[in-house]
Amino acid sequence: MTEEEKETSLWEVFIQPKNGLSHRHCGSIHASDREMAILAARNVYARRGEGQSIWVVKSTDIVSSDPDKKEEIFSSDDKIYRHPTFYDVPDDVGHM
Amino acid sequence: MKKIKMKETNLIDDFQQKIDRDEKIEPKDFMPEAYRKTLIRQIGQHAHSEVVGMLPEGNWITRAPTLKRKLSLLAKVQDEAGHGLYLYCAAETLGKSRMEMTQELLSGKAKYSSIFNYPTPTWADIGAIGWLVDGAAIMNQIPLCRCSYGPYARAMIRICKEESFHQRQGYEIMITLAKGTKEQKDMAQRALNRWWWPSVMMFGPPDADSTNTEDSVKWKIKRYTNDELRQKFVDAIVPQAKKIGLVVPDKNLKWDKKRNNGAGGYAYGKIDWDEFWRVIKGDGPMNNERLSAKKRAWDEGNWVREAARAHALKKQTALQAAE
Repeated sequence: MTEEEKETSLWEVFIQPKNGLSHRHCGSIHASDREMAILAARNVYARRGEGQSIWVVKSTDIVSSDPDKKEEIFSSDDKIYRHPTFYDVPDDVGHM
Repeated sequence: MKKIKMKETNLIDDFQQKIDRDEKIEPKDFMPEAYRKTLIRQIGQHAHSEVVGMLPEGNWITRAPTLKRKLSLLAKVQDEAGHGLYLYCAAETLGKSRMEMTQELLSGKAKYSSIFNYPTPTWADIGAIGWLVDGAAIMNQIPLCRCSYGPYARAMIRICKEESFHQRQGYEIMITLAKGTKEQKDMAQRALNRWWWPSVMMFGPPDADSTNTEDSVKWKIKRYTNDELRQKFVDAIVPQAKKIGLVVPDKNLKWDKKRNNGAGGYAYGKIDWDEFWRVIKGDGPMNNERLSAKKRAWDEGNWVREAARAHALKKQTALQAAE
């Protein structure tokens, strides 16, 4: 086995700081399997009570959008009617 | 051909404009090759420094004077391992594998901070490292939290949050020794004498001789020059030493009204750059020792990595058979 082939898989780590908040990406770690991944994630990213739940996901299992298509996927400048400020409501109606 | 070149030029312009607007660059965004290379080198060196930095301090874990000090030192050394790992993962987003970085460290091809090539003969050296070496590292690292490369900046924010405990625990060790018996105070002073100049050198060569500065400033990887950071460090440490009755080992140290654009700062003596280059090139007191300790750890850990791989494979096979 070459040194390159011996490289353990890369996992992305997500930590939920407390109930009511989402799990948030905080970095990545190397591990040979799921249990080791959780253990390594705990040792590397949660040494000071940073949260109460950890997710680890193999980096190769994440599907991401094409950065070159940022404009076409996320453009919303031409759809200003999707925002509340597009609609005029008389001031004396109060907060709406 | 011409068209491709045009496209490349536009991309580089867009990239620079993004940086000028203080936007971050993320792993999948376009970046010039030189930017990628500079970051891989810098983040890699930084990661290696954290990892090798565990060795001088690890030397004292079993001999820490009290249980409290032992717990603090263990936590600090564990943090350094964590910091190395945050940084390796930031470098990996640029397309360099962990294995490649490890091999480059072990073969001596990659550099790490020269400061870790000095020995820690007494307990006071642990205090001096936390106070001075971590203090200098913080000066370097705080501006890096705003660096243009997203994953590096995020790793640095995490590191800086944790690093301030390191400097405080070091200074506390020095305070305790300085208030102790004459022998203890002398030991603290001797450690300050040993670590002062190497710490001042940690900011790298003077601006006039620094080759990597110009591009790094343009790309907002570097926000202050080596000499600017060095001045901040000296200005911060000198009063802290006075406060605990220790003497900074520099006879030419004096207040200079003109420094820091007229706000005042300390003028300091001549730095022995020959020593700096000698240690970088491998001729420091502990260069061989550090690298052989890393190699030994890597070789002796091989069976663990192999067992973990075998275990993962066995479980995967069993899972497939059950399906």
